[in-house]
Amino acid sequence: MWEQVRSNRLRSVVLVVLMGALLLALGYFLGLIFFDSAVGGVVIALIIWGMMNLVAFFQGDSILLGISGARKIKPSDNPRLYNIVEEMKIASGLEKMPDIYIIDDPALNAFATGRSPNRASVAITSGLLQKLNRDELQGVIGHEIAHIKNRDVLLMVMVSVLLGSIVILAWYASRFMFFAGAGRRSSVRGGGQLGIIIILVGVVLMILAPIAAQLIYYAVSRKREYLADASSALYTRYPEGLASALEKLATSGTSVRGANKATAPMYIVNPFRKKGISLQSLTSTHPPVAERVRILRAMGGASLTDYEQAYRQAKGGVGVIPATALALDGAKPMALRAPSAEAKPVEDFPQRIERARETSGLVWRLNNYETIPCDCGTTLRIPPNFPLPTIKCPHCGKINYIVYRSQSLAPNG
Amino acid sequence: MLAVWVIVGIVVVLIIIFAAIFNGLVRLRNQVKNAWAQIDVQLKRRHDLIPNLIETVKGYMKHERETLEAVTKARNLAMKAVSAGAGERGKVEGELSSALARLLAVVERYPNLKANENFLALQEELTSTENKISFSRQYYNDSVLNYNNQTQMFPSNIVAAMTGFRGGEFFEIKVAEEREVPKVSFG
Repeated sequence: MWEQVRSNRLRSVVLVVLMGALLLALGYFLGLIFFDSAVGGVVIALIIWGMMNLVAFFQGDSILLGISGARKIKPSDNPRLYNIVEEMKIASGLEKMPDIYIIDDPALNAFATGRSPNRASVAITSGLLQKLNRDELQGVIGHEIAHIKNRDVLLMVMVSVLLGSIVILAWYASRFMFFAGAGRRSSVRGGGQLGIIIILVGVVLMILAPIAAQLIYYAVSRKREYLADASSALYTRYPEGLASALEKLATSGTSVRGANKATAPMYIVNPFRKKGISLQSLTSTHPPVAERVRILRAMGGASLTDYEQAYRQAKGGVGVIPATALALDGAKPMALRAPSAEAKPVEDFPQRIERARETSGLVWRLNNYETIPCDCGTTLRIPPNFPLPTIKCPHCGKINYIVYRSQSLAPNG
Repeated sequence: MLAVWVIVGIVVVLIIIFAAIFNGLVRLRNQVKNAWAQIDVQLKRRHDLIPNLIETVKGYMKHERETLEAVTKARNLAMKAVSAGAGERGKVEGELSSALARLLAVVERYPNLKANENFLALQEELTSTENKISFSRQYYNDSVLNYNNQTQMFPSNIVAAMTGFRGGEFFEIKVAEEREVPKVSFG
């Protein structure tokens, strides 16, 4: 199952190469259009990409942590959080303990960053820290550690740098074309048809490349989310923890301050709250939370194979877990563990429901309603002026005779 | 001449495959060793925490001498078994686990103790150490599973047999059945 990382790497390389090719093609045609030199365009594209890469590589995580206003904590500042991160570090077999940051923000979210597993950070909002119990927090941290362990952070940084370069290049080219366009364009050599074709390809690329790159980026990002969910369940052996944490995250309505489009895939759920999120599932960095919860809840065990099965049941078609990871995984069933003491409900729920029922039954009786227990377990309540001698149970369909057992308790009855 | 080159080529490819599988096996074996060291660290940490816990709790729990003694005894036994094999160690650590669980269950009867910050910090440490023990055990067993699969599956099993990789042993902590806490009635 730890092989996952390796097969991920291959896929990642393919995707990065694909986006790189897109960037180069864009540079090539724009160069032809504007400078009569394909090489010039490619060089400009490479320079933009190189500069953005340098910034992202050396400053990426500090920029991300900086703009989200995160502060680093020591073990003694929040022993519980520190312990949970360490637990997940051990469960995942990560070699170095990641740095832990807290973002003072009532929004509920968390993210992981860092270019390699040896230089990684986990950040969590103070709102989330307050709302979650130990098991839920463990699930969330497990998800973030999985991003680090699977090297998702590095991949997403590389992909987003490429995306950024493509967007910047296309944006400037379109401005350039708009303002200084007409005169320059006619200078494409070879004239006639070839020139027109080059311009056409260039324009089409200029419009489509950013969109295509964005779609690749979103697809990669969503897949990574599923993988991280699967890994979190594997580490904690308790998918319910992450599932109920995700539910809490989904019901909170606030956006994270300081989050922007480039940093969005690093968060555990989409940091932007928009209405009608299911409509934009193709252009979302995160899969819908309801679906993630449903998959986690459908898991029969904690292994990647179990997640794969649950995923196929929920979505059909091909799964998300790489086949090489599954091949090593299936040998031993992995049992789920019980919830921790902290997560158990404080009061006995059945008792409380029973008490609530008694109270509401009393209120009904005070209002002269008759109560008839049906054989299927449903309780039928008959209003005082009910005209018929029998009543059909809405649940099982059985005809029940109304026996007026008790006289009303109401004072005027 | 061509035949010679073909044979040389095949041999070179075989050597490369052999080396790749061998390196993979070494990596897995090291992972297992590493995981074992992790378990060790956490078990030691638990041994270190217990005297502190007893010291903090003693003043409050005058009537729980037996429970406290059981924990101390289990810890001393576990300390002695540090260099023992995986099976023996799993047994004594399991006893320590259940003794500790009984102690922490009894704590519920002492509200004063639960208000003590020192104790709360210790309780968090102990809970987390218990978790870390089980997670490191989980990682160790997963690593052993991977390593064993690799030594048994074709074609790596051939390389494993030739170079003496034998697979590892799973580590289970046997926690004794939770004993029923006697009910006290004030009839």
